[in-house]
Amino acid sequence: MLEIKDLHVAVQGKEILKGLSLTVGAGEMHAIMGPNGSGKSTLSYTLAGREGYEITQGEILFKGENLAEFAPEERSAKGVFLALQYPVEIPGVTTMNFLKTALNAQRRARGESEFDAVSILRLVREKATALNIPEAMLKRALNVGFSGGEKKRLEMLQMALFEPSLAILDETDSGLDIDALRLVAEGVNALRAPERATLLITHYQRLLDYIVPDRVHVLVNGRIVAEGGKELALELEARGYAGLAKDAA
Amino acid sequence: MAAIQDTRDRVSALGEKYKYGFVTDIEMEYAPKGLNEDIVRLISAKKDEPEWMLEWRLAAFRRWREMKEPNWARVHYPKIDYQDAFYYAAPKNQVAPKSLDDVDPKLLETYKKLGIPLHEQQLLAGVAVDAVFDSVSVATTFKAKLGEAGVIFCPISEAIREHGDLVRKYLGSVVPVTDNFFATLNSAVFSDGSFVYVPKGVRCPMELSTYFRINASQTGQFERTLIIADEGAYVSYLEGCTAPMRDENQLHAAVVELVALDGAEIKYSTVQNWYPGDENGKGGIYNFVTKRGDCRGRGAKISWTQVETGSAITWKYPSCILRGDDSVGEFYSIAIANHYQQADTGTKMIHLGRNTRSRIISKGISAGQAQNTYRGLVSVHPRAENARNNTQCDSLLIGGACGAHTVPYIESRNPSARIEHEATTSKIADDQLFYCTSRGIGTEEAVALIVNGFCREVLQQLPMEFAVEAQKLVGISLEGSVG
Repeated sequence: MLEIKDLHVAVQGKEILKGLSLTVGAGEMHAIMGPNGSGKSTLSYTLAGREGYEITQGEILFKGENLAEFAPEERSAKGVFLALQYPVEIPGVTTMNFLKTALNAQRRARGESEFDAVSILRLVREKATALNIPEAMLKRALNVGFSGGEKKRLEMLQMALFEPSLAILDETDSGLDIDALRLVAEGVNALRAPERATLLITHYQRLLDYIVPDRVHVLVNGRIVAEGGKELALELEARGYAGLAKDAA
Repeated sequence: MAAIQDTRDRVSALGEKYKYGFVTDIEMEYAPKGLNEDIVRLISAKKDEPEWMLEWRLAAFRRWREMKEPNWARVHYPKIDYQDAFYYAAPKNQVAPKSLDDVDPKLLETYKKLGIPLHEQQLLAGVAVDAVFDSVSVATTFKAKLGEAGVIFCPISEAIREHGDLVRKYLGSVVPVTDNFFATLNSAVFSDGSFVYVPKGVRCPMELSTYFRINASQTGQFERTLIIADEGAYVSYLEGCTAPMRDENQLHAAVVELVALDGAEIKYSTVQNWYPGDENGKGGIYNFVTKRGDCRGRGAKISWTQVETGSAITWKYPSCILRGDDSVGEFYSIAIANHYQQADTGTKMIHLGRNTRSRIISKGISAGQAQNTYRGLVSVHPRAENARNNTQCDSLLIGGACGAHTVPYIESRNPSARIEHEATTSKIADDQLFYCTSRGIGTEEAVALIVNGFCREVLQQLPMEFAVEAQKLVGISLEGSVG
């Protein structure tokens, strides 16, 4: 599904990712762990195609296509979804309107027919109920005045609606209390599917108590320094990133 | 930053997008170029006006010759040569068509192209239209149906002839002949516009609308609109405007007067889309307009809503005189300035009566090299016990070369007044655009979505039939072509 080969990425001329390689197959859940400044968010923005993240070397293949050739909205239509660490507020645009606009834009780009207002409403309601998102929240302006938990749940709702082939969850656990964390984790687990690959980017092991990954990769200073099964996360928790980085060096 | 640059490029591609820029090839009749008493007499004679009207015009003209053009607004333009323009232009043989069947098919075709079909059966349900082409009204629809309710809706030239007493009583009573340079000029040479009278206790059964079209070259348009809502009456009125694309600047100096008596309500909406000039700032309409409403009776209400997307220069301050006790004034505005457009617009809320309330919501959007100024006055007079005002002024910037300015004046001469003013300035942030694009929404659609969200409170004030149009216009003015 996703194949990253020797990826180097620079932001404002400064190299952040320094030769990262990673393969994620369909149906797999991979966790990427790393300390602050290791390049985790750079990786997620690069995958989503954010302006200013320049690939200086290497490539990203998604379903065999070179992802760098596509604009963010094209990647979205092809099935890439990034749940942001800090979802953005857009005043005056209702959440429902945003969801409808986004879903229809993706469908249009794929040459599918657009949903009418009624079928979208039905679809959104159904998915929202499962994530414990009240109807009132959908009528509010997008992310404006939402609590941390509400913002993250809304990201999960978008993931459920868009049904991406590749979901990247950037620090989805940050700023959540334990109940909110559990709810979000349930959302992620519910979306595990044989045709979907998931990249879970996280700072703490805590999230992995609720979402069990198939593989864990440790990112330090722009490179993967250790890989393993879910037990690697626990080892990391015990020894810290510094210990691992030392081993890798 | 590249996303912003991209947006800016798309925005600047807009110059070619003005779809109302065509010219109707029709035989016209002009007054000789220039302005003097003879021209004023000629206009009056063309309209077959009574003597009092001519005298009124001449007095205005004599006054105007003594006046100086105002220069306090934050707008810059070369000196206007008032002798180098036509003050009257009309399609030949179109001065007073008896019915739609008498209207030149070319004119009907023009309005159809503008999306304003004049055949009544094709019109938006429940909207009556007065169509003004250069200096004359060419058609007014649904007159009979409105007549049944006692509502008068006709060209002002017709009202002067047929409802002289009403016109004489109210004309110039809100915007005096001597008010300001452009209003005085208008008083001397105004050619056509709409007249509305809604009698006591009548709720006007449909939306009224005037569509102004400038077609002739080197011609100014000086329209005059007068709306009177008698005691307890209600009317909602909308005006729309377009003009051909030309390299020259054309002057549009209108005067609109609203009078609301006891318990009456007037809702006046404008969707202004005059040709804004090209992407280098060449051509476009100078929109120098005086609009004022007088809440003359107790509990009267006047509400201005404007969506200003066109014109090279907009100089316009729709205002409310809150004379009657308990009267209410509202001003909701969206002003979009792109390329080299300049907008200096806002409102005046003059609190004279007790318990008067006013509300101002202004949304200014600047892109390209444009300068956008909100200029407003809230004035509370000594007698205005318990006056209340709430002002909210928001500016949105797209790109780094444009400017937004806010110039609020507040004068309070009564200690019981409560006046609130809030202002914000923001940019369309890169992270907002990325959030949208990463969820599949293209940059152009994202800009339209964000800007429409920014304007939402104002768009909600428009009559339903026009809100969708206005929303699209906001998108088009800033987007370039979608798809």
